[in-house]
Amino acid sequence: MTKKLPKTDVVIVGVGWGGGIIASELTKQGLKVVGLEKGQERETEDYYMAHDELRYAVRYELMQDLSKETITFRGNEKMRALPMRQYGSFLFGDGVGGAGVHWNGQTFRFLPYDFEIRSKTIERYGKGKIPADMTIQDWGITYDEIEPYYDKFEKMAGISGEENPLGGKRSDKYPTGPMLHSPQMKMFKEATEKLKYHPYTIPSANLSEPYKNPDGISRAACQYCAFCERFGCEYGAKADPVVTVIPVAKNTGKFDLRTHSWVRRVLHKDGQATGVLYTDLTTGEEIEQPADMVVLTSYVFNNVKLLLNSKIGRPYDPASGKGVIGKNYAYQIIKGAATGFFENKKFNNFAGAGALGMVIDDFNGDNFDHSNVNFLHGGYLSLTQTGKRPIQTNPIPSDSATWGKEFKQNSLKYINRTLSIGAMGASLPYKQHYLDLDPMYKDAFGDPLIRMTYGFRDQDKELAKFTATKAKEILQEMGADKIDAMDELGPYDITTYQSTHNTGGAIMGADPETSAVNNYSQMWDMENLFVVGASSFPHNSGYNPTDTVGALAYRAAEGVVKYSKDGGLLTS
Amino acid sequence: MAEDNNKEKIDQESLSRRKFLRNSGFAVGGLAVGGVLGSVIPWGTDEKEPQQAANETKNYNHALMNFNQVEFQTVEAATERIFPEDENGPGAQALGVAFYIDHQLAGSYGFNARDYMNPPFFHGEKTQGYQGRLKRREIFKIGIREMQNYSHSKYKKGFTDLTADEQDTVLADFADDKVNITTVSASGFFNLLRSMTLEGVYSDPLYGGNKDMQGWKLRDYPGDQMNYTQVIESEEFQQIEPRSLRDHMQ
Repeated sequence: MTKKLPKTDVVIVGVGWGGGIIASELTKQGLKVVGLEKGQERETEDYYMAHDELRYAVRYELMQDLSKETITFRGNEKMRALPMRQYGSFLFGDGVGGAGVHWNGQTFRFLPYDFEIRSKTIERYGKGKIPADMTIQDWGITYDEIEPYYDKFEKMAGISGEENPLGGKRSDKYPTGPMLHSPQMKMFKEATEKLKYHPYTIPSANLSEPYKNPDGISRAACQYCAFCERFGCEYGAKADPVVTVIPVAKNTGKFDLRTHSWVRRVLHKDGQATGVLYTDLTTGEEIEQPADMVVLTSYVFNNVKLLLNSKIGRPYDPASGKGVIGKNYAYQIIKGAATGFFENKKFNNFAGAGALGMVIDDFNGDNFDHSNVNFLHGGYLSLTQTGKRPIQTNPIPSDSATWGKEFKQNSLKYINRTLSIGAMGASLPYKQHYLDLDPMYKDAFGDPLIRMTYGFRDQDKELAKFTATKAKEILQEMGADKIDAMDELGPYDITTYQSTHNTGGAIMGADPETSAVNNYSQMWDMENLFVVGASSFPHNSGYNPTDTVGALAYRAAEGVVKYSKDGGLLTS
Repeated sequence: MAEDNNKEKIDQESLSRRKFLRNSGFAVGGLAVGGVLGSVIPWGTDEKEPQQAANETKNYNHALMNFNQVEFQTVEAATERIFPEDENGPGAQALGVAFYIDHQLAGSYGFNARDYMNPPFFHGEKTQGYQGRLKRREIFKIGIREMQNYSHSKYKKGFTDLTADEQDTVLADFADDKVNITTVSASGFFNLLRSMTLEGVYSDPLYGGNKDMQGWKLRDYPGDQMNYTQVIESEEFQQIEPRSLRDHMQ
């Protein structure tokens, strides 16, 4: 028996950054919004005992329970996809705030190049530069068009930063100044300046100073306590939907947030969404929530899973390259990095913040000439100081023992004598990389899991080697006595943590034939359904994705309001 | 360090009851026959222990909820080789790592409560991660027994009776998959043992290891501090007395 509830204006599925932004913007405009979140309520008070590396970082306290739902993975179509039974390569956020609770807060804009990647690549290098099966495409929006939404997200979150000398043009400066500089960061700055690069402070959602945002929300400054990534912030200093947009939505009295609500289907009739079907996890009750408009704001995999299980849109077919749902899955190439050992220095590596660090964009996007390299795009190179916690950080020279007396001595000696230069390599889509429904494995409700088909290509291997070489060069300039840099990228491996920056599967574009949503995140095939999040990225850039997710969510919110008044497919 | 790549060769039928009994007989028989379990328990025989014990209040956390005493003893000896006492300070044994592992295996982690454990089970590629049906507590039970079996076949002695060098050889042979066993992956078990050893050394003392925050002191880690704003710009290394979550209770 399904219980049918009264109709609402808008129902959103997943209450993280996407859902929180949509909820706050729509309720401010007077729309009634129901927010369905499968996880639990979260609040700052939950993090009183947050400085617990085992519980949060190693046992994944804030992450989804994989026993109920995971994905399956295969490196290529010839392999049998098998479930990701334990966490490794990436993490699924859970509960109110979603991944916006456990993120580090590194908040970068993508480059103007990203939004017109295909056109600009052809313009500079000719069509032949793009491999035949690489499916990069323009986003159907330009940097100049998305810029006001970046600005809006950054002001809401209070991003602390200084201008990127090689980035797109800004309409305004960051709302708060850059984070403090540690000696490690100063070394990076000095070295990269000597190398004629353009260092700047990482734009940070860990506030450098107390801040009141345009919604009237006040937050305290970051204390550099070194527990950001995988942790919730006990100060509310790290921008998180729970301490920014969600209270704004709640204060309107028009936001009905329901936790423990697992959405299984988007309901639709005659090409229009009519609401969603969900299960109340506390009672097992099946509930129908009718709505005029539906907005999917869950994580990449779940947005795509809901579309496919609800039979909405045209599923992607890798053989023909036709269809769009599941197309252009992309990831992040971060292994092209290096670690330097400094025999005569000792750093306060235990202190830090999730978004504390220095970065250069000289090798990101098309900021350098690709004529003589065998890859497109690039990535930023950075020195971050996020706090080296002891269970997970035991740096030792690459040729030394991994256990026993030698390991103990090395790990104790080097923990405060090593610095790493990381790379945030872009991930470009291929015809053979996609998401679909797994034919065998199911979630707790018997619905098929998402199956991911993905592997590293020559593009990724070349890019990683290139960034590793640059990382090594910077560490040399910084005076490292010994440097371990990545040699070969190897195959994509789902067991080792790399990045939670998964993208694609319901991508945006200007053409309904090759994209799932338009640049308001509105489904081409279903006008009153919006799909918001990194699922709409046609490729992943050489940056952390949250600023772009937030910007696109603000634009989608504008789209939903427009649609609620005028209806129809929105045009920019 | 967080990953544990425990592989189980699933094409083999999991432990038959007969093999299970045969193996346990071998291990326990070789070690602890004659009802003298007490005499092989290391905490009673270590020279430093009585002195220390006199100065300390009894730690009621130091009892077992998962291992039997032979298993405990084996794990304690093995983790001490992975993270040995040396001139830098205490090793796994003094830090209470084996108690930590015992307690963890008795809880949700030992039961893989938050892992996807649904069938069917297939042997996968290394890049696809653990695909076995065994839970961590079962992997430990079998892994310890196989370590005993291997010690007996190689040295005619149980693991805890081996010299430190011999113990290292046994562990290295597990780490490098030189041990031929069919139920669990030797290196998978070793990797789990190694990662849980580091957890026991460095997790908050509330979990039973990292005794008196000595694990943190080894590497000048200050533990649970609320604020490093005054530290972050400092050119000098800051030696800060560690605090634990216990210090954070009101």
